[in-house]
Amino acid sequence: MSKVLMKGNEAIGEAAIRAGCLNYFAYPITPQSEVAEYLARRMPEVGGVFLQGESEVAVGYMIFGASACGARVMTTSSSPGVSLMSEAISYIASGQCPAVFVNIMRGGPGLGGILPSQGDYFQATKGGGHGDYRLLVFAPASVQEAVDMVMMAFPLAEKYRNPVMIMGDGLIGQMMEPVVFPDHLKTQQLNTNSWATSGMDTRNSGTRNLVKTLYLDPVQLNAHNLLLKAKYDRMNLEEIRFEPYNIESDYQVLIVSYGTMSRVCRTAIDNLKANGVEIGMIRPQTLFPFPLMAIREAASKESCKTVISIEMSMGQMVEDVERSVQGRKPVEWYGKCGGEVPTPEEIMEVVQSYITSQRKEQN
Amino acid sequence: MGKTFHKPEALSTQQTHYCPGCTHGVIHRLVAEVIDELGIRGRTVGIAPVGCAVLAYNYFTCDFQEAAHGRAPAMATGIKRVRPDLMVFTYQGDGDLASIGMGEIIHAANRGEKFTTIFVNNAVYGMTGGQMAPTTMPNQRTTTSPFGRDVADVGMPIKVAELLAALQTPAYITRQTVIRPKYIVKAKKAIRKAFEYQMAGKCFSLVEVVSTCPTNWGMTPMEAITWAENTLLPYYPLGDVKTPEPVSGGTDAK
Repeated sequence: MSKVLMKGNEAIGEAAIRAGCLNYFAYPITPQSEVAEYLARRMPEVGGVFLQGESEVAVGYMIFGASACGARVMTTSSSPGVSLMSEAISYIASGQCPAVFVNIMRGGPGLGGILPSQGDYFQATKGGGHGDYRLLVFAPASVQEAVDMVMMAFPLAEKYRNPVMIMGDGLIGQMMEPVVFPDHLKTQQLNTNSWATSGMDTRNSGTRNLVKTLYLDPVQLNAHNLLLKAKYDRMNLEEIRFEPYNIESDYQVLIVSYGTMSRVCRTAIDNLKANGVEIGMIRPQTLFPFPLMAIREAASKESCKTVISIEMSMGQMVEDVERSVQGRKPVEWYGKCGGEVPTPEEIMEVVQSYITSQRKEQN
Repeated sequence: MGKTFHKPEALSTQQTHYCPGCTHGVIHRLVAEVIDELGIRGRTVGIAPVGCAVLAYNYFTCDFQEAAHGRAPAMATGIKRVRPDLMVFTYQGDGDLASIGMGEIIHAANRGEKFTTIFVNNAVYGMTGGQMAPTTMPNQRTTTSPFGRDVADVGMPIKVAELLAALQTPAYITRQTVIRPKYIVKAKKAIRKAFEYQMAGKCFSLVEVVSTCPTNWGMTPMEAITWAENTLLPYYPLGDVKTPEPVSGGTDAK
């Protein structure tokens, strides 16, 4: 397929359709409303369902209801809206239904702002809603990657019968880049007969299906949680995705960064390389499961003296980086939030300051 | 002569957890009878609420989903939008529908979502142990209104059927009760009509059923019926409050 120039939010909407998702429910919120605007026009063209719900709370349950009867379904929102959807996400995870949630993150907490941020790392990877559940979380760093990840998200949500979240930020949503919609990512839906409440007539078994989340018996609830945990353990084995950058060099500093922030870091790394300074980077493409071992290994390299988590938040992913490095090397954090994206020059300065202090220590 | 009375196929054989004198059992049966009569069990999806009927999925034999508190109408919306061929009903109490889920029911009704809501109003939170509901009567004592509902403090009880009937979108909204056999016959007809409107793809339909809760009212089942008749029915009058067709000769509301 040929390349087209598209805004991130619109490309995400088109990617859902190309992936075979013809059901979309949403509530407007900046900076992702273009997804809803795009699909409000596009869904009728392909015979799909578009509905603007009365709130993110309701939209979360529209997704649950539709998904529980076997439909391929997606919603998009931004940080405060995802907080409201988090109740439903907990129910959907417990009810073991597939669904795709896109969070085009903006600054928080509270109403925060409308500019790019990565402040919802905890929300996406450590819960957000109540109870022991996890989401498979993708973090695209370009419009093309957002498209690819949206298209990959549906079969994975169906494979695990679990919600998948795409964590973009305002920049990914708002910028225009050339994209290709890869045909091979259009996938057939798995058979839902064994669990979906699609009406007994749709099955030959004569049995009825039930999607529920209530387990009053503690033994049963524990068993249910163990079942969910087994899926999350499997994700940890099969779904970790990351991109190493300049990792074959004898880097003095290892950066861990994702999404928009990682692109700025890449420029900083290139610039420093031109000055003879080697910096490596691991870019997690999945935030859960987290590339723990890859970071541990990269941090263990002898030349590496410091690991820095660079993120557009006040230090959230750094906790997982610490968990990865396990004290082998010092782990630092640098970041900004509120909508300011650190520049390559800032990153270069931060990295240089650690290299300088390393030299002082050596002397 | 053959068997003249049997359990509806849409009702399971499981014993319910409902208290003596509770009307949920009767309402379940009426819904199940209608599902049987219309022959729609194989394409029906029910949605259980949070509240006394949280386990309703154990008592019906069709596909079922279980909602979070108050969110059943949003789930029903999701189902009907992606599978308009399915018959969908929510079964909700007054805490679920009229308090935490008021936003969801109003908007689902106003969009004219083509599903059916069975709304059981017993003027109290049952499952959590008898707290005040939006439908609790003035001066009615509950565990969170121990001196009686003070309307100067928390307002008057909400008349859900009338409130929803104020919306301009066509709908079938009716209030019934099942506290005496004569009412049960009418309630059954209303539930059937509500499902038929859905089947025809005509409109949103809601049947409010005024019910008893002897346990949380602190009454015997017989006292509860008398109290419902003397106190609830005058405030919550029975009959159709809104029909999708122009009404001829007025409603049959009392």
